[in-house]
Amino acid sequence: MYTQALNSNPDAAERHVEDAALAARFQERIDAEERIEPNDWMPAMYRRTLVRQISQHAHSEIIGMLPEGNWITRAPSLRRKAALLAKVQDECGHGLYLYAAAETLGTGREELVDQLLSGKAKYSSIFNYPTLTWADIGAIGWLVDGAAIMNQIPLCRCSYGPYARAMIRVCKEESFHQRQGYEIMLTLAKGTPEQKELAQDALNRWWWPCLMMFGPPDAVSEHSDASTRWKIKRFSNDELRQKFVDATVPQAHYLGLTLPDADLKQDAETGHWSYGAIDWDEFKQVIAGNGPCNKDRMAARRKAHDEGAWVRDAALAYAEKQRLKKAA
Amino acid sequence: MSSQAVPLWEVFIRSRNGLSHKHVGSLHAADTTLALQAARDLYTRRGEGLSIWVVPSNAITASDPADKGMMFEPTASKIYRHPTFYEVPEEVGHM
Ligand SMILES: [Fe+2]
Ligand SMILES: [Fe+2]
Repeated sequence: MYTQALNSNPDAAERHVEDAALAARFQERIDAEERIEPNDWMPAMYRRTLVRQISQHAHSEIIGMLPEGNWITRAPSLRRKAALLAKVQDECGHGLYLYAAAETLGTGREELVDQLLSGKAKYSSIFNYPTLTWADIGAIGWLVDGAAIMNQIPLCRCSYGPYARAMIRVCKEESFHQRQGYEIMLTLAKGTPEQKELAQDALNRWWWPCLMMFGPPDAVSEHSDASTRWKIKRFSNDELRQKFVDATVPQAHYLGLTLPDADLKQDAETGHWSYGAIDWDEFKQVIAGNGPCNKDRMAARRKAHDEGAWVRDAALAYAEKQRLKKAA
Repeated sequence: MSSQAVPLWEVFIRSRNGLSHKHVGSLHAADTTLALQAARDLYTRRGEGLSIWVVPSNAITASDPADKGMMFEPTASKIYRHPTFYEVPEEVGHM
């Protein structure tokens, strides 16, 4: 999902030898559904996994503002513009809640942001696709935020308290994001043939990348074991992907749109929709930095960071001056 | 270039009159004015609050979870601190 890169490189080699009694006690607490709080003892791997997962999630929220920000000045009405602006502002908020949650584990925000800007830290593959038409804003709200909700709802019960609490705030805000996206799609789908064509084209381009958001199939995703045992992750990648497909296909049909998958069919017994093969090579390429917009996204983020440096410096210098004045 | 870390603040919000301020999260800001403004933008976008407190995180002294037993265990045995510990005959009615 927003942390899908985690699946691809587990730190299996770095098993810390720790106090076995503490580790056993820790697992007992997890098994009893107790929440772990910042100053509690925790295995070093639990801490590291969480710092990486939460910060990658935060980076995804921040980078995720870029594809949608692209359309703020060109929204077709004031209503749409106000909604999009509010949504993008929410995504910034999500990033900040998440950085704060990651920081409780002992890594500062400056360091986390540096990891993003230097390319060391990953963010979700989905934000490396371009927003070519206004319909893409509808498709993102409906599908990308829809997929994010599937992933984030179980995270509200994650064993780490600050992450779970941040997710509760985030989930409360996501519902508006998805609904505004679906409303855009509905308006286009019920509009002129050209508008409907825009909606169909956006769905065609976003559908498969959205399925990739859930990360590699369970068979090859090695990272899940410990995360599941620690109750960071409550559902597997494939389980969440299936939930998303089952929820989304009828919504697409209601719009009168077709999903770009010839193999898509509903199982008469279970009611689940089975889908065709996902192009995992494309996914790997995008994660590796070779997606359509990876370079643009990083360049935009670095530019914003560099151009904001004087503001941060000035604010700190002013605060220091006020402090000295008071002390004098 | 900025190499200095921007201070961390804890944010408390009173959601409506009659309720106490409740911790909602944290944020970074250079000073109190900016911390309050950031708290407003970050934590009250949907009418969540009527009043905000921001406190520098390093001004908070927290109990150590390792002392949990010493700090909180002794109250577990003091059941006589609860009203249900005392017998009042039914005829007396609600008390
Ligand atoms: Fe978000
Ligand atoms: Fe969102």
